[in-house]
Amino acid sequence: MARIIKRNKALSVNPVKSSQPLGAILAFQGVSGAIPLLHGSQGCTAFAKVFFVRHFNEPIPLQTTAMDQISTVQGGDGNVEQAILHLAKDRRVRAIGLLTTGLTEVQGVDIHRVVADLRKGHSELARLRVVAVNTPDFTGCLESGHAAAVTAMIRDWVPASPAPRRVESETPRLNILPGAHLTPGDLDLLKAMVAVFGMEATVIPDLATALDGHLGAERHAPVAVGGVDPEDFARLHQAKATLVIGHAQESAAALLRERTGVSNFHLPGLMGLAATDQLVMFLHAVSGRPVPISLERQRGRLLDAMLDTHFYLNNRDAALAGDPDWLLGWGALLGEVGVHAQAVVASVGTSQLAESRFETVKIGDLEDLEERVAAEPPQWFIGNSHLVDLAGRHGASVIRSGYPLFDWLGGQALCRIGYEGARQTLFEMANAAVHAGQHRRQPYRSRYAA
Amino acid sequence: MHAAQVAALLDEPACAHNTGSKSGCARPKPGATAGGCSLDGAMITLFPIADVAHIVHGSIACAGSSWDGRGTLSSGPGLFHLGLTTDLSEQDIIMGRGEKRLLHGIKQVIDRYRPAAVFVYQTCIPALTGDDLEAICKVATADFGLPVIPVDAAGFYGTKNLGNRIAGETMVRHVIGTAEPEPAVEDRLGIVVHDVNLIGEFNIAGEFWNVLPLLDELGLRVLCTLAGDARFQQVRTMHRARVTMLVCSKALINVARRLEERWGIPWFEGSFYGIRDTSEALRAFARHIGDDDLTRRTEALIAREEAAIQAQLRPYLDPLRGRRVLLYTGGVKSWSVVSALQDLGMTVVATGVRKSTEADKARIRALMGDDALLIDEGKPDLLLKIAHDQKADLIMAGGRNMYTALKGRLPFLDINQEREFAYAGYSGMVELARQLLTTLESPIWAAVRRPAPWHRAA
Repeated sequence: MARIIKRNKALSVNPVKSSQPLGAILAFQGVSGAIPLLHGSQGCTAFAKVFFVRHFNEPIPLQTTAMDQISTVQGGDGNVEQAILHLAKDRRVRAIGLLTTGLTEVQGVDIHRVVADLRKGHSELARLRVVAVNTPDFTGCLESGHAAAVTAMIRDWVPASPAPRRVESETPRLNILPGAHLTPGDLDLLKAMVAVFGMEATVIPDLATALDGHLGAERHAPVAVGGVDPEDFARLHQAKATLVIGHAQESAAALLRERTGVSNFHLPGLMGLAATDQLVMFLHAVSGRPVPISLERQRGRLLDAMLDTHFYLNNRDAALAGDPDWLLGWGALLGEVGVHAQAVVASVGTSQLAESRFETVKIGDLEDLEERVAAEPPQWFIGNSHLVDLAGRHGASVIRSGYPLFDWLGGQALCRIGYEGARQTLFEMANAAVHAGQHRRQPYRSRYAA
Repeated sequence: MHAAQVAALLDEPACAHNTGSKSGCARPKPGATAGGCSLDGAMITLFPIADVAHIVHGSIACAGSSWDGRGTLSSGPGLFHLGLTTDLSEQDIIMGRGEKRLLHGIKQVIDRYRPAAVFVYQTCIPALTGDDLEAICKVATADFGLPVIPVDAAGFYGTKNLGNRIAGETMVRHVIGTAEPEPAVEDRLGIVVHDVNLIGEFNIAGEFWNVLPLLDELGLRVLCTLAGDARFQQVRTMHRARVTMLVCSKALINVARRLEERWGIPWFEGSFYGIRDTSEALRAFARHIGDDDLTRRTEALIAREEAAIQAQLRPYLDPLRGRRVLLYTGGVKSWSVVSALQDLGMTVVATGVRKSTEADKARIRALMGDDALLIDEGKPDLLLKIAHDQKADLIMAGGRNMYTALKGRLPFLDINQEREFAYAGYSGMVELARQLLTTLESPIWAAVRRPAPWHRAA
């Protein structure tokens, strides 16, 4: 059990938290033909857009209802209608994720009613999927916003009483509900692991085919290119099982099971040996196939990396700051190799964080993180690019993970899950420690030296 | 180098085992040999002289695969980090252009890097084709006005041990005694300053800096450490020391002996690994110098440092007590590290003696008892078998054995010259204890020993 220290000061200084709409925006990037529409002032959208453009180095489809003072006071339903009708003109737009913000939630909009009313009068919207999601930024964090968006997609797109299960001769399918902390690189590896068991994954949402940083034949479009096809939601009941990663996805998973009858397999995270072993055992059981030699090899490589790196990892300190599921994933890996989570700062608290093996979790900001490492700086700061300055001040290394990574090219390709991702991560941490150590030794000059 | 010269170097009267079995000096056995060549030995010995440009005269294999690979540290210049080699080409060898290339190379390095001296290391190919290193160095010294010293230790002369000796011999012949030290520093707080040498201390990972402050405090001016963090000028003045400590290295015993023969400097053998050995080394300095005040201050310092270090070690002792270590290392470390481990309350179940002398073995028996298991050859599977039979918790050896141990899923500690951590002196003991615990208590061991879950049920 971890001791949770709640937020206890007025000001958040250098926040760790990113807002719920950001998570929901991210989720819609992984749905083919989708564009998130942020119901708020245009700044909400502009900041969010910069946030992800800098992280992914990709165009990020995102629109705004451009609320102003008048529409905020007198009602912004017209802004929503206008925005949706405008976006609907473009045939490439197949789905709109209508997301609220703090502003419009406080204002009191009922976006579900607005969408329903709009549909009544506009038959041209019949072809368009509009998913309304409540993502006020005064609660939750990026992870919970992401989960809310996924839950809403399932609510709207997965039929309640699916057609009777067809007897399939095609490749067996698996549904995957990944947490927001999984990068396109992570999802790529995960899909490859599913594939070696002879199955094909439907990933909801699928960033691996959307924001993986890929230059192909597709033209630029104002919508998400790649990602899971919205049509696929109607076929989720055909899967053999649903793999759910992260606690944030639990309500989405429960709803999906209710709608499809497909059973869920929950994993809190995919970082480290034990988590990956669990994943492999699940894939092995659900596919009925033996564990392929390639995974055996990868596992052996991770074990060897654990041996090679343990001199530089065991008993050393790390400071982490991020969202709950992200923290728990890292906690699992660090615990396996004896890295001590000296300071843990979470954006928000969850019951799973309280039940975790962290000693203490502070709900707070980077100032809190810095205070917690003041006495003795850790070997590594683990988190997003905002930790770089902090680490520099303490002569420590940064291990980049999470959102946003704005000083790092290839953030989308970082892979820290599975045997392979854990292995690369251990190497990265150990190398950082080796190089830091080489500069630490202070030369001694004899007082008698000429 | 002539065969007779090699034989002369191997005849080391100061070695207790000179007339007996020379396991350490035996010829390498084709197909069953580990360890470096003479060039390796010479480079290990002399490269730490930090303001010297060290040129390896040969094809790329010699320097190319070994440059800047040691853990020795310098407090000032770092010329030894440069990988300097004549990188002889096929044409150089066929056309006999090696000597010319070398001479140009010496000039190039002097012009560019302004070293205090240049050491030129012979390697097998030019030794075979007959490049005259001595002559080139003589010409270069005259032309460039800087000492250019030939180190004739081509790899095929023999083992690393022989290379150590050649390097030492070269220093005695060409460098030591060619300059005088600065006048002794004025008495500080009434303390008489005595000049001393250390031979065979290489300042791996800066570990001698754990000890040097103590020598400073005692008023022991280190004229030269051969060769950790040394300067060329310091090597030249070694003949003025009052006493020489031979640190953990029988290989340079010839230097200690020659200093005694030519300049009457007494020497003793000691180690800075472990509390007992560090204290003993400090006492030995005082004993040889014979200054009552120094003796008194040495005892006071030892009492202070031992108390301080025991306090610092306390948290480590319980978790380390009774843990079983298989030690496999070369030469003198075979006993000096035993005593360090025993100081930590650990049990040494076996120790390697492949490069140890009879005297080393006698010291091991004194420490570990007559039943001590001495390992003569370090074949990987044999080491693992012994570790298994002896229920060792940990293997402690040089880096090249590390992966053997790790593949055997056994904790490991590196104590060779490539290592990253400083274990010498009192404070080094804390580092040693910390590193021992780091590997022993890592949570990975259970994970790597357990089969994959899909193999478990069956």
